Amino acid sequence: MITSPFDFVTARSAEQAVALLGEYGDDAKLLAGGHSLLPMMKVRLAAPAVLVDIGGIDELAYVRLDGDDVAVGATTRHAAVATSAVLREQVPLLAHAAGLVGDPQVRHRGTIGGSLAHADPAADLPVALSALGGRVVVQGPAGRREIGADDFFQGYFTTALAEDELIVEVRLARRPGQGWGYEKFTRRANDWAIVAAATVGGRVSLANMGSQPVRALSTEQALASGSGARDAAALAAEGTRPGEDMHGDAEYRRHLARVLTRRALASAGVAD
Amino acid sequence: MSILGTRVLRTEDPKFMTTGGVYTEDLVDERLTGAVYVTFARSPIAHARINGIDTSAVRDSDGVLAVFTAADVTDTATLRGMTRDINQEMTQTLLASDTVRYVGEPVAIVVTEQAYQGEDAADLIDVDYDPLPAVIDLHDAESDKTLLFPEAGSNTAVRYGPPQLDEHLFDDCEVVVSREIVNQRVAPAPMESRSAAAVWGEDGRLVAWIPNQGAQGTRAALAAMLKVSPDKVRIITPDVGGAFGAKFGADPEHALVAWTARRLGRPVRWSETRYENLMGMTHGRGQLQTVTIGGRRDGTVLAYRLEVLQDCGGYPRIGTLLPSLTLLMTPGTYAFAKVESAARSVVTTTTPMGAYRGAGRPEATAAVERAMDLFAAEIGMDPAEVRRRNLLPAFTEPRNNGFGALYDSGDYATALDRALEAAGYGRLRAEQVERRARGDVKALGIGIACYVEITGAGAESGDPHENATVEVHPDGSATILTGTSPHGQGHGTAWAMLASDELGIPVERITVRHGDTDLIPEGGGTGGSRSLQQGGAAVRQASQELLEVARDRAADELEVDARDLRFDVDRSAFTVAGVQQAAVSLADLAGKERLFVRAVFTAPGATFPFGAHVAVVEVDTETGKVELSRLIAVDDAGTILNPLLADGQRHGGIAQGAAQALLEEVVYDADGNPLTASFADYPFLSATEVPSFELVDMQTPTTYNPLGAKGIGEAGTIGATPAVQNAVVDAVSHLGVRHIDMPTSPQTVWRAIVSASEGNA
Ligand SMILES: Cc1cc2nc3c(=O)[nH]c(=O)nc-3n(C[C@H](O)[C@H](O)[C@H](O)COP(=O)(O)OP(=O)(O)OC[C@H]3O[C@@H](n4cnc5c(N)ncnc54)[C@H](O)[C@@H]3O)c2cc1C
Repeated sequence: MITSPFDFVTARSAEQAVALLGEYGDDAKLLAGGHSLLPMMKVRLAAPAVLVDIGGIDELAYVRLDGDDVAVGATTRHAAVATSAVLREQVPLLAHAAGLVGDPQVRHRGTIGGSLAHADPAADLPVALSALGGRVVVQGPAGRREIGADDFFQGYFTTALAEDELIVEVRLARRPGQGWGYEKFTRRANDWAIVAAATVGGRVSLANMGSQPVRALSTEQALASGSGARDAAALAAEGTRPGEDMHGDAEYRRHLARVLTRRALASAGVAD
Repeated sequence: MSILGTRVLRTEDPKFMTTGGVYTEDLVDERLTGAVYVTFARSPIAHARINGIDTSAVRDSDGVLAVFTAADVTDTATLRGMTRDINQEMTQTLLASDTVRYVGEPVAIVVTEQAYQGEDAADLIDVDYDPLPAVIDLHDAESDKTLLFPEAGSNTAVRYGPPQLDEHLFDDCEVVVSREIVNQRVAPAPMESRSAAAVWGEDGRLVAWIPNQGAQGTRAALAAMLKVSPDKVRIITPDVGGAFGAKFGADPEHALVAWTARRLGRPVRWSETRYENLMGMTHGRGQLQTVTIGGRRDGTVLAYRLEVLQDCGGYPRIGTLLPSLTLLMTPGTYAFAKVESAARSVVTTTTPMGAYRGAGRPEATAAVERAMDLFAAEIGMDPAEVRRRNLLPAFTEPRNNGFGALYDSGDYATALDRALEAAGYGRLRAEQVERRARGDVKALGIGIACYVEITGAGAESGDPHENATVEVHPDGSATILTGTSPHGQGHGTAWAMLASDELGIPVERITVRHGDTDLIPEGGGTGGSRSLQQGGAAVRQASQELLEVARDRAADELEVDARDLRFDVDRSAFTVAGVQQAAVSLADLAGKERLFVRAVFTAPGATFPFGAHVAVVEVDTETGKVELSRLIAVDDAGTILNPLLADGQRHGGIAQGAAQALLEEVVYDADGNPLTASFADYPFLSATEVPSFELVDMQTPTTYNPLGAKGIGEAGTIGATPAVQNAVVDAVSHLGVRHIDMPTSPQTVWRAIVSASEGNA
């Protein structure tokens, strides 16, 4: 429960963070809220030689309207996402999902950038981003680029981020008044999802049903061709490859995916 | 007016809520100046022979002062089963010498200048393990296919009960139901993990600070492991952050810390991580039970049998004996005509088993209460009704339960009735019917458990007893020394109330001290819910005896006959009848000569608190998720000294009891790797998973002590666990489900529903 030795440097801006990443190469890891990285370091699943702390870059902590989008800065804490009036009106699915992350302490430390970069298939914000079809803005030595949610997640704890890039912003289309649903299934209030289903605008994504947030494409197709929620949800587990653990084997997870999808669709106003 | 029976706020709380208590890990003491730190290298493998240990790489690691293995620790005791009937060939050295028998077993000691250096260094120890088959499944262990201790000839550590079961036990029964029930292994997981600080003085005596449940027992255990006389050991108990049975006595690690301090001639400290705690501290429960129950279709149970297979873990420690307590309480609250039980404890390649809140009694209640529901379901009768028909009628004279337990008094039917009434049982059943009729996805379940348990059992040294010393000081304050060992219960408040009530000294001016064996050489500690009924009774007795000593001195002082003196509690002074001005206070008397009394209270026997719990759950029949929506508890622990403290014990106990039914389980994979070695995986319960409990009052005083008090510390884990489990099964019984093992996780419940709908209830 004590980390391996490491050095610690503080970045004051995104540019400086990129420069530090360039300087230290793959010895370095970004540190934001520390609520995924530090536990891994304590159990020695991660042992970076240098931590580049970006948690204090305030210019990256914001939620603002930007044309047809809402832009959320990478170091915005989960609690700020959950309580943002702008998000609750324009992208309520994201705010709701952020409000279900862990417990209050976690929500006041963890950041949206950290959660997406960590890319835990069981986490709340990645699956919400996937259902929302959001985009991740990353900055590297060559400047900024934008990556769509479907391309961003690439497997267990793996993303399209290059080693010298950081997430600076998350962009989500404004959807005031549009129906949405989020069903997170846990045993205890502060747990990670055993399975979660998120839906908005005909897209359906599942957490913990594979190595990354998974789109329930058969369900989406069924919805697009006019199926009701019940029939469409029955297809939710198609093509998924859920893992197994103490909380559920693959069969149970597939079952949950179907039940939760139907409930999420019902919240979104899709008729049976 | 007496403060006894009132909700006096805990005098301990300001400290814990502000500056914080002083726990062993953050203790500052001159004697520990220059302390170095111990880290244990632990076995990563469940069962293996040790071919060799190479520590050479460690010595160059930062801050390393010494490394020790079993080869160095030659002057300590070899541990054996605690009672003679336990196979004495199942021995344990403090550090594993030739074989490891569970993941987490200490293999080597690394001593470093700073605590953090130990973890890096311990990683560098190279142990050559030759893996042996893991033994996890209890039937596997019982089969003796792989022996943990070949020299013992068997994996069975001990058997309890008759060698032969009665094959005619169920002959007269119209209906017989039998079922294997898992009472799963759980982790005590106190907030404060294990810790120790030790230093040897120039006088050759050891001072050791160890969080414990009884300093005197810890001294005995530590001295025995170190092979020194107990008077060479002084134990000091700092604040203790929870124990739940697992901090009784001392563990090998504690002795090894003391050993290292002696070897190096300097103070040594150790605090374990949460990982180590979940693998290294003893676990609890861990029984595979087979219940068989039979009777008539009119609801009369004629015969009940309980067979227990107890998991001891890798070495036979306290857990090995616990099934004897389970057997002691076999028939519970019932008047069954024929009852029998037998148990067998087997070693497995897992963390050793110890005492855990209730220690053997919750297992007995869980078994019989599940059996009652199985029987009720089989004959199609309401489970409350079946219980009513079989409960022992109320009694006020001690009665033997046929298994050696002498119940002091009991009124089980009244407890059940009060619980059902408070729950609104009839309305709940009506709502259940309605929900089922309309096919509600959320099924309602109602679970009942009646219990009787044993508290304040006799010590090995004879009848149950405890000592207390009460001293009044010249400034009018008082000090109490107690042989009990508070670690969250609020003895400080309770003991002060008792003395205050006798002596007229305000509660805030009374200091309660415990847990320093030089100051208090004798004591039984806190466990088995014994403290108030013995330790509290001793405080009261000492206070009363002190008044008598003071009365004689006051008579001399005032030059009157002692019989003319009246003790005025409001003034904490003796006055002379009819003479207003003539008075002498206890403080005045203490100013002339030390005023103190040590008293020993001895009880005629153990007491048997009882009660009934009703749990209401909602089960999502599509996902299997269970929500505990209500828990109604009648817990009769005799006269209640302070309802605030008693309610606190009930709240914590019920939550822990519900947690076993709903969530908690220590899990190993087939190779013996623990899958629940951190709080990310071990699902302890939090406040968000339980409702506010509905506590119903019932107080039947015992005659076994002048306070009328029985124990309350473990009632929650005894009543709540089966009530919640029964409620979960009840919720889905209309779907054909008859039993669901704990923890009733969503997946388990869902599978039970699916399997019943496929016709395999
Ligand atoms: C007790 C507990 C419960 C939790 N429960 C949940 C839960 O229910 N649901 C859930 O979704 N999550 C949960 N989490 C995880 C939590 O949401 C984390 O905060 C989040 O996953 C990581 O965010 P962070 O800011 O803390 O990242 P950090 O831990 O600081 O970093 C995580 C990873 O992301 C990288 N990183 C951080 N910021 C950036 C960036 N801007 N650009 C590129 N890479 C970056 C880091 O280098 C690191 O690899 C829980 C955590 C804890 C400790």
